[in-house]
Amino acid sequence: MPIKTTLPDFSKTPTIDQVGVEERVARFQTRSIKKESKVQGLKLALNMIDLTTLEGKDTEGKVKQLCYKAAHLHDVMQGVPTVAAVCVYPTFVKLAKKELDGTGIKVASVATAFPSGQSTRKVKISDTHFAVDNGADEVDMVISRGEFLEGNYAYVFDEIAAVKEACGAARLKVILETGELSTLENVRRASEIAIYAGADFIKTSTGKISLAATQPVTLVMLETIRDYYYKTGKMVGMKPAGGISTAKIALQYLVMLRETLGDKWLTNEWYRFGASSLANDILMQLQKEQDGVYQSGDYFSKD
Amino acid sequence: MEKIKNKNSLSLGESKWVYAPSPESTSHINLKKQYELFIDGKFVKPSSGKYFDTINPATEEKLSSIADADEKDVDKAVKAARKAYDRTWSKLPAKERGKYIYRIARLLQERAREFSVIETLDGGKPIRESRDIDIPLAANHFFYYAGWADKLEYAFPNRKPQSLGVAGQIIPWNFPLLMAAWKIAPALATGNTVVLKPAETTSLTALKLAELIADSGLPDGVVNIVTGAGRTGAAIVNHTDIDKIAFTGSTDVGKLIQKAIAGTKKKATLELGGKAANIIFEDAPIDQAVEGIINGIFFNQGHVCCASSRLFVQEGVADVVIRKLKDRLETLIVGDPLDKNTDIGAINSKAQLATINKYIEIGKKEGADFYQSSYAIPKKGYFCKPTLFLNASQSHRVVQEEIFGPVLTIQTFRTVEEVIEKANNIPYGLSAGVWTDKGSKIFNLTNKLRAGVIWANTYNKFDPTSPFGGYKESGFGREGGLHGLMPYLKF
Repeated sequence: MPIKTTLPDFSKTPTIDQVGVEERVARFQTRSIKKESKVQGLKLALNMIDLTTLEGKDTEGKVKQLCYKAAHLHDVMQGVPTVAAVCVYPTFVKLAKKELDGTGIKVASVATAFPSGQSTRKVKISDTHFAVDNGADEVDMVISRGEFLEGNYAYVFDEIAAVKEACGAARLKVILETGELSTLENVRRASEIAIYAGADFIKTSTGKISLAATQPVTLVMLETIRDYYYKTGKMVGMKPAGGISTAKIALQYLVMLRETLGDKWLTNEWYRFGASSLANDILMQLQKEQDGVYQSGDYFSKD
Repeated sequence: MEKIKNKNSLSLGESKWVYAPSPESTSHINLKKQYELFIDGKFVKPSSGKYFDTINPATEEKLSSIADADEKDVDKAVKAARKAYDRTWSKLPAKERGKYIYRIARLLQERAREFSVIETLDGGKPIRESRDIDIPLAANHFFYYAGWADKLEYAFPNRKPQSLGVAGQIIPWNFPLLMAAWKIAPALATGNTVVLKPAETTSLTALKLAELIADSGLPDGVVNIVTGAGRTGAAIVNHTDIDKIAFTGSTDVGKLIQKAIAGTKKKATLELGGKAANIIFEDAPIDQAVEGIINGIFFNQGHVCCASSRLFVQEGVADVVIRKLKDRLETLIVGDPLDKNTDIGAINSKAQLATINKYIEIGKKEGADFYQSSYAIPKKGYFCKPTLFLNASQSHRVVQEEIFGPVLTIQTFRTVEEVIEKANNIPYGLSAGVWTDKGSKIFNLTNKLRAGVIWANTYNKFDPTSPFGGYKESGFGREGGLHGLMPYLKF
């Protein structure tokens, strides 16, 4: 799709005031979400999860179990939605696709020499082709942080555009690995580059370094999406990933989403959580809202 | 509730995700049906026997009856304060004075929850603000000035600071307990005794503070609290045995006070009205600036003397700032002040709501573009939607006069010189805000803007260590910080 808007000057420093960002984030955290709005929010969050396994020790057995869990989160409870997608390495895409056949759950594949991105353009493109040819509905790519920090913004832009082309019909999520970008100005700049280069989603982190998704970073990314929407009328999705492990924090992210981008974005078409242990905590909270008491973690399957 | 048609893609359909009500409990508070005057350590009936009602502006229901003090009662209070000054308070070692003030601070922290709920009930401000700002900040003022009590010689080396005597203090309804703390804490720390009058619509937390002070064991008569309206205030101002007047309130009343005390030995500090400019430059962090605009004008329903009620946006970013501002307005929750999610509570009184509505009508007639959020406000109680007047002119009355409500006028500008001229072109000079990424621009403006407080890339930040006060018709004298001690001392 051609972008009619003029590209921003990526070399110009965007102005972000970190203190102000943190203050705004603190306000989202003090919203009190209770009763029916809590249940509604928890179900939404559950439905936005990209259930993820990205480990060197992943096997077919592990991926199969995860896919079953994705479609059957907690069968003893009524009205529980499924997660949005299962996120795996490219070699497991074919299997996941087969396991999830007929469930409507998407298969997302990381690609482009995940998680470091330290490889040639050629390898990255072929990695993407492999994932898409095996049936991936969504591709989660990583940007070249080294090139970005060197100031080679055109390189980063072109690479994203090339991967987007290789994706074909698959939706592209661009991982900025914000934990390596160090400033909010850099997060803003990288978000703009990704969006203008054709990202369908922008995503915070690989989950492979300790500084993963944070609320200030997510807010800056949402504000970038909003500015792009103001200019072009086009929506871009957001995916915070890594470190979001409790229902309470997930609800704070949804409050931020609602008050920054509005209700239009409150669906898994435009918002995802990259998480593995979040689902069970949400299920536990939903069960508590239903029964009034907390249950042991052993009542919820761990896959 | 959402419908689950397709388990994979949960859609809210037409309905929106709204926050369920989350009201703070009122079961733990202790409110009497009737409150007396606090004179000489005891609660005494007013000599006239008259009482007036204090109501909850969010429900229009009566909360309690408050004693109406006249000249006789004020005279009694001043005599008690004088006696306490002569016999105990001025004789006490400074270290001991400090201990009492620390005790008040600690008790206030312990009872913070009750005080926040009462502040919200009586004044209409959101519980989020009374809980997170008013009450903790009031306690911090007592803590801060308690520390100064025995260090005055070091605060003013070789100047032999001495207390004045009896201070008459009159405070407004916008931050009832916080203003009481701003006034009482430095007066006590410097060795003065106090006769304080809270505003007639918001007497409750001052009276709760009187109970707390009684519990603290502070010697009788050191703090006296008399309630009532303008007549009670006038009795304090005109009393011949008062050494100092400290007043926070409107510029009109401030002028009356100055006339009344002209030619007397009374010292005075006046903290009056304001009409602050909030200036957004093209290189500002725009999203954070929008938050600063919201906080600057809608904090405490705009009932803030330093509220930034005039917005100046540089033309290059005006469109985007205004669009963002309008979108942000939609997310502001206006309603039950006790609800933890409420952003904008009730207007303090029926009279104030009428004043605000009068100005909204004036603004519409003057021709500025009127804009309000679509959020539905409660039918009962005194509420006002957050309001913008776009494309306002310097000559509009809504730009020149203090409205003291959630009403923001928006003007654009082209150059630094232009915005300085417009920002200063007002009788007031209490505060201002500057938003830019460039430090040198900030310092250029802080030198040229005639305002007592200037915030850069933030707004409405208060701290006990930081002096606060105005220029021009916004008053004189400083409260807070080391400067806040001076008005209560002679050298």
